[in-house]
Amino acid sequence: MKTTDIPPADDERIPALRTDRVPVVRKTAAPADTKREGTVLNVFSHGVLIIWAIMVVLPLLWAVMTSFKTDRAIFTSPWSLPDALHFENWSRAWTQAHMSDYFLNTVLVVGGSLVGTLLFGSMAAYVLARFEFPGNRFLYFLFIGGMSFPIILALVPLFYVMQNMALLNTIHGLILVYIAYSLPFTVFFLTAFFRTLPTSVAEAAFIDGASHTRTFFQVMLPMAKPGLISVGIFNFLGQWNQYLLPTVLNTDPDQKVLSQGLVQLAVSQGYKGDWSGLFAGLVMAMLPVLAAYVVFQRQVVAGLTAGAVK
Amino acid sequence: MQHGKYRFIVGFLVVPLALYALFVIWPFIQSIYYSLTDWSGLSPEFGFVGLDNYTRLLDDEIFWKSLQHSLTFAVVLPLVTVGFALFLAFMLNVGGRRRKGAAVTGVRGSSFYKIVYFFPQVLSIVIVALLFQFAYNPNSGAINSFLRAVGLGSVQPDWLGDPDLALICVMIVLVWSTVGFFVVLFSAGMASIPRDFYEAALLDGANRFTTFFRITLPLLWDTVQSGWIYMGILALGAESFAVVQIMTVGPSGGGPDYSTIVMPLYVYQKAFRDGQAAYATTIGVALLLVTLAFAAVVMKLGRRERLEF
Repeated sequence: MKTTDIPPADDERIPALRTDRVPVVRKTAAPADTKREGTVLNVFSHGVLIIWAIMVVLPLLWAVMTSFKTDRAIFTSPWSLPDALHFENWSRAWTQAHMSDYFLNTVLVVGGSLVGTLLFGSMAAYVLARFEFPGNRFLYFLFIGGMSFPIILALVPLFYVMQNMALLNTIHGLILVYIAYSLPFTVFFLTAFFRTLPTSVAEAAFIDGASHTRTFFQVMLPMAKPGLISVGIFNFLGQWNQYLLPTVLNTDPDQKVLSQGLVQLAVSQGYKGDWSGLFAGLVMAMLPVLAAYVVFQRQVVAGLTAGAVK
Repeated sequence: MQHGKYRFIVGFLVVPLALYALFVIWPFIQSIYYSLTDWSGLSPEFGFVGLDNYTRLLDDEIFWKSLQHSLTFAVVLPLVTVGFALFLAFMLNVGGRRRKGAAVTGVRGSSFYKIVYFFPQVLSIVIVALLFQFAYNPNSGAINSFLRAVGLGSVQPDWLGDPDLALICVMIVLVWSTVGFFVVLFSAGMASIPRDFYEAALLDGANRFTTFFRITLPLLWDTVQSGWIYMGILALGAESFAVVQIMTVGPSGGGPDYSTIVMPLYVYQKAFRDGQAAYATTIGVALLLVTLAFAAVVMKLGRRERLEF
């Protein structure tokens, strides 16, 4: 950076920036010099950003491309384009490799647990956020403490708890576990959210004769919609992509969810040498989530980053 | 608002609390108790053995390997991921061509970059792990055939099959899949820093690198710190389990010669493969201590005065 050597006479400099190594630009000399610096930086930024964008997209595009190739082509020339679009890979994965069953199981489990998580999470959060009672703080910290503990530690005894209650390898058992393990973050997030809502509306409803329960369902829940959407997206993705819980608690081949199914597919197609079927399955699992993300991009980003900022 | 208050509180809390206590709290307490027994998990009978499992831990070579790998994850992954994400986010927000009337501007198309970078975050870690497992395949994988295509046919590493490389390969996958999340997170934080701060600094002659270390980083510190903890917990927990379990199959699980074994995977193997449930919970307790220690260290090291702006 070329600059004049004359120090400025003004005292407006931020003390923290007063370093000897940094040459001082006078106001009058600023535009030309920073422009050049800006251009160099701009080219460099774009270069770096584009390279990383390619690194992110390339593996995904490669997977899509590979899913249309024959097994022979996958092994002999991994980078070449498919000779024809082999859609039979997709139909083979969907029917013979049970992808349709895995999808159905996942939809059932995630559907049930998402509704349960939002309902029970908001009920607990509302009470903890809005009512004074002995033990309130204790329960709050009991809930949020679950966020930092390694789940695997609880899974060993949990396996036997589930076995004793005949909940192992069942859809409803898995739903209950998903709800329980989603509660810490949901309660944490929604408690903070309910605290930000104005109290006057609920009081007015209460004075008008609504019960606590009715106030909650008809006044507070609708008001909390933005928070519910954020935490709902967070839980949806977490539960849809969940791998550890079903791996331990859901080992029946007929009940497998998508993430387990893909691993199962990788193992079984590996024996059969049906790699094109595996890639078709992977892309099949990948595309709906990516498409949904691109459409609801703003809400997804808000939902996933909201937790880390707070 | 007193009428029926306690009945309402109990009514609303009972189901969530019962679920949480039964499926989360109770197993946690049980597992700490089980770590003091010789329970196999297969039969209902077991005896109390005191601290035997813990002394066994000290002589268990594989445990030390898993501890070492998990600690490496907890130190290296946040450092690389958060550092790289900060770099990209800074490029996104400050690397723009100078426009009239603004000291710093984001690059053109920054929202496009953010959308693309976030892709891996919405995908299941299972999909990511399987894709990379195939890319790492030494014979027909994408990486080695790319190396052959550009004339580096002599450089054909065994990637996941090489005990020296396998752990690094696994870590690269975790970095790849999480960087985008932090780029978006830090970008949001950077966008909320008032532009005048940059203007004042640039007028006073600071270059962009100085502004990063003197303005951006201090004002973003809280977000960076929580990102750091988030990444560390992820690297110690379920995410590392999934990646290692799926990618490095190996004859015994956890890669060639246990070169990629991590603590959560070792817990899983001991409990559900070897029928040593009590010993598995002991390893789990060690993992709990490591996680808590990690969070405490980051909080301690990261403590700074909070800057209001």
